[in-house]
Amino acid sequence: MEILGHYHYWVFAVLLMIGFYALVAKQNLFKKMLGLSILQSAVFLLYITMAEREGGTAPIIQPGVADQLYSNPLPQVLILTAIVVGISTMALGLAIVVRIREEYGTIEDDEIRRMDRRP
Amino acid sequence: MTLASQLPALQVVVPLLTAPIAAAMRPRDLAWLVTCAASLTAFAIAVALTAGALQGPADTSLRYDMGGWPAPFGIALVIDSLSALVLLVITGSSTLALLAGRRAMALDIEPHRQPLFYAAWLTALAGLCGITITGDAFNIFVFMEISSLATYVIIAAGPERRALTSVFKYLITGTVGATFYLIGVGLIYMMTGTLNLEDMELRIAEAPSRGPVLAAAGFITVGLALKAAVFPLHVWLPNAYAYAPHTVTAFIAACSTKVALYVLLRFDFMVLQANLPEHAAQFAGYLLPLALAGILFGSSVALFETHLKRLLGYSSIAQIGYIVLGAAMLDRAGLTAATLHMFNHALAKGTLFLAVIALGLRLGQANLNLSNLWGVGRAMPWTMGAFTVAAASLVGIPGTAGFISKWYLVSAALQQGPWAVVLVGVILISSLLAVAYLWRVLEPAFFADSPATLSEPIAHQSWAPLVILWLAAAANVYFGLAPQLPVELASRAAAILTAGHGAAELLP
Repeated sequence: MEILGHYHYWVFAVLLMIGFYALVAKQNLFKKMLGLSILQSAVFLLYITMAEREGGTAPIIQPGVADQLYSNPLPQVLILTAIVVGISTMALGLAIVVRIREEYGTIEDDEIRRMDRRP
Repeated sequence: MTLASQLPALQVVVPLLTAPIAAAMRPRDLAWLVTCAASLTAFAIAVALTAGALQGPADTSLRYDMGGWPAPFGIALVIDSLSALVLLVITGSSTLALLAGRRAMALDIEPHRQPLFYAAWLTALAGLCGITITGDAFNIFVFMEISSLATYVIIAAGPERRALTSVFKYLITGTVGATFYLIGVGLIYMMTGTLNLEDMELRIAEAPSRGPVLAAAGFITVGLALKAAVFPLHVWLPNAYAYAPHTVTAFIAACSTKVALYVLLRFDFMVLQANLPEHAAQFAGYLLPLALAGILFGSSVALFETHLKRLLGYSSIAQIGYIVLGAAMLDRAGLTAATLHMFNHALAKGTLFLAVIALGLRLGQANLNLSNLWGVGRAMPWTMGAFTVAAASLVGIPGTAGFISKWYLVSAALQQGPWAVVLVGVILISSLLAVAYLWRVLEPAFFADSPATLSEPIAHQSWAPLVILWLAAAANVYFGLAPQLPVELASRAAAILTAGHGAAELLP
């Protein structure tokens, strides 16, 4: 059960690899950006799941309830920042893809490379 | 609460808050002026902080608690000799590039976009300063992304369309690097429950298991090596340098890879190495061969490159190899050489790219193939004169800054027992290759007949780029003859880096 008990790490690793595969193997620049987004989502998941504790609740102190188990709020706050960073990266990346489409007329990496090689 | 005590925060806040002001400035010359003023202020702050870090014993560090929150809970800013040296490099190169590049940027970038361009420049500057000054692992990530995103924007402002494709490649690689770093920080946080670098160092020793920390060390090292363009993770660098506006290249080439290397040194030596006995051997075992391969690869490719800026870019890959080589020796002498070379290489490469700004004004932005440079030495003797001085510094001719760090690197290599011959051999071969590839630029520039393109300058020559260029070239000579300041900073930095783990381990 050790392996299944860590299932969220497996989800993290699989998502990371899917994102990485798209980055490396896809020629379409838009699909590369999608891969990047999946890669980053995998890391968001890593942070969010690490904060969770079995039987833990939201970290709000209630009067009259002692010894309550809380989830750690800090990783979620951190990852909120990272999500914002991820969105900015996505926006900038897509803006560059749009500009590439305007200049080259295509967003296929191999075609762009062929056009660049021709003087 | 005096102004002096707030300087660490102001180092980041001044460029960050000036960025929106620059974006709102019309006419555009005013935007340039505001940007220069902010960059100069940042440089002055860096000088003041350096003076503070140099007072007292070697491990002096100034601390600043952001918002008054004490250290492991709030974000602490830490200025020691290592970060002071990197801050000097960042703010200095930004200021010189801005002052020299006014005309070039006015020609390169559409007028209505210029204020926004300057805003992005200042954001990049603030981000780089932030990475250097902060003592918090997650804060480093945030500043890394701030500086990277802004850097992508100013590189994409390049006049050729290939700027876009090269910046896209840089964006993908840079984001993967930052994401790897984030994974590493997450794993360490899982084990230690802290993000403050110094607190981390203490708590890793008590971590319930070593596995995740070792994995984190791998993720962090690879992620930062991607950002720092350590061979073989360098593919984004030559094109990003080549197609950026020349002024941006002068700024980026001098400092952005150095900042990633700085974080790499700080994390690997100050946080991880003291607590992971396996880590030192692995760090050296992987990075030393890569450094040697990178040195030889970068120099050899530069030998056959036909575009001036790409040639200098490949030379940067070799020079990054020197810095990593020094770090991979793991001892004090090696780390002194590595940090010293960060400073001196920034000086030499920055000066070379400042000369490229002047060349671009005369020859046109896109005409920087080596064949365009024939006879340019006689047409522009001052520019190419400074280029020659900086080239001598890059090679390591005695009397220039480059010689000092090569000297330290070779003396550190000589202490490496049986490996010394190989290390010194690689350094010497690479220096000879550097002579060869720079000669390929200089020989036709001074001794060949000039082509027709030279007869009609694209833009009216102004004195500002030349004055700045010669100021930078003079700095190369000055720090070659009187190297006390960088040497003092570097040896103190090495002392801080090695403080955690007693005797230095030998190579595997």
